[in-house]
Amino acid sequence: MSTAALPHTPHAGQIQRYTFGERLMHWTTGLTYLYCLCTGLAFYTPYLYWLAYMLGGGPTTRFWHPIVGVIFMVGTIWMSSMWRRDMEITADDKRWLDNTEAYITNDEAHTPPADRFNGGQKLFYWLMLYGAILLLISGVVMWFPEYIPRQYAWLRQTAILLHEIAALATIGGFIIHVYMGVFMVPRSMTAITTGYVTRAWAWTHHRLWYFRVTGKNGQP
Amino acid sequence: MANGPLQIKAISGHAGTVPGRDTSRDYDVCKLIDVTTCIGCKACEVACLEWNGYPFRETVFDNTYQTMPDTAWNYYNLIRFTEFTDDSGNFSWLMRKDQCMHCADPGCLRACPADGAIVQYTNGIVDFQQENCIGCQYCVTGCPFNIPKLNPATKKVHKCTLCSDRVGAGLEPACIKACPTGCLHFGSKDNMKDLAETRAAQLREHTSHKDAGVYDPPGVGGTHVMYVLHDINNPERYGGLPKDPQIPWTVKLWKKPLKWIGNIAMAGGVLGVVVHYLRFGPKEELPEGKK
Repeated sequence: MSTAALPHTPHAGQIQRYTFGERLMHWTTGLTYLYCLCTGLAFYTPYLYWLAYMLGGGPTTRFWHPIVGVIFMVGTIWMSSMWRRDMEITADDKRWLDNTEAYITNDEAHTPPADRFNGGQKLFYWLMLYGAILLLISGVVMWFPEYIPRQYAWLRQTAILLHEIAALATIGGFIIHVYMGVFMVPRSMTAITTGYVTRAWAWTHHRLWYFRVTGKNGQP
Repeated sequence: MANGPLQIKAISGHAGTVPGRDTSRDYDVCKLIDVTTCIGCKACEVACLEWNGYPFRETVFDNTYQTMPDTAWNYYNLIRFTEFTDDSGNFSWLMRKDQCMHCADPGCLRACPADGAIVQYTNGIVDFQQENCIGCQYCVTGCPFNIPKLNPATKKVHKCTLCSDRVGAGLEPACIKACPTGCLHFGSKDNMKDLAETRAAQLREHTSHKDAGVYDPPGVGGTHVMYVLHDINNPERYGGLPKDPQIPWTVKLWKKPLKWIGNIAMAGGVLGVVVHYLRFGPKEELPEGKK
């Protein structure tokens, strides 16, 4: 291409992976989750109560945790409205999930091709969606325990247990998600911040999606 | 005990025994409430308000002599009135002074996540430190007696302190001081146990209350507030005093095994991804078209 005279085009030759809306949604849920994680861990174990001091003190932390939690839930609903269809688990995903070991060990030759999101990302999505619903329901009970009459004390007790179990499950997913985004898959951070990926990135990590967006049917 | 009362051991020029000598002052304090001699005068309620500086307030009438349906954040102490008719048709008024039981194994303290919001003194008093309270009310969930109450304005939880401020200065709690019938006693746990057992035995022997007994529930490790009841087999009768109070199993599960499983799992997760990075490293990007 003789394009020397053309003005600089941002992301020339790259593929848009996330729209501005998607990035905004991702970081809304991501950062609100991170806040709830840190404040929640402060209440979870005395060994991490220092997090509450760092984040403004115990009462401040207790005040904001549920409010930010609601924003997280709003973000999750937003995510669901954007990605629900993309996140449905297909036969390709089942093949991918059956070969998770190949993916984990960076054995690309034996990793089945993935669409826009791979099976692991989809599982993470469903984990966070159902986790968020459980966290919200149990969280509302824990937010306003003074309105729960004594005869429904079991409700408060169950809510605390549920909140803890759901939180632990999402933390497991979150650790893996952050590790993969930041360390294991180079340039996925760029993808979720700028929205663009190189063609090689798309080809390597999301081949079925690459074929779809480039209009190439099985041929690079 | 540094803050214990000055107790006289020997008296110069004194004929006879030294009063109070050899009584237990190994201070493990206890309040004993003999409901059989309570007349429901509510002097203890008033004394409690006065000592703690809370205002007098409107009462709630629901066809009993009870001041209001439940204790409140600024009303630690409530006489519960129950009208009771036994099998043979005898009517009696059951009056029980309800307040924090100061459990030896306090569910509130176990459940509380805030550093220093609840303390247990060596003398057995369980005390809330409002400056450290975050208002989460986990203590409410942990308490088998429904005692801690939230002040909605300050988002701090309050309950009976067993007048720790008075006891620390060698005084008895305000309610004890106010009781006109002597149904309230205060002393060491051992002394109060002896007194309670003696009184219960007396009731069994000399009255029709053949099931009289001492309420010191072992499910919470015993309490630093004990009752003498006419009928130890039916504590629920006395305004819902639980028969076998326990810290809810959900709270025990949440605060012990689940916490450790979670801690190990989270640390394991972080360790796992670090090890993965060192072993397998980041994924390499393939040139477009190369499989």
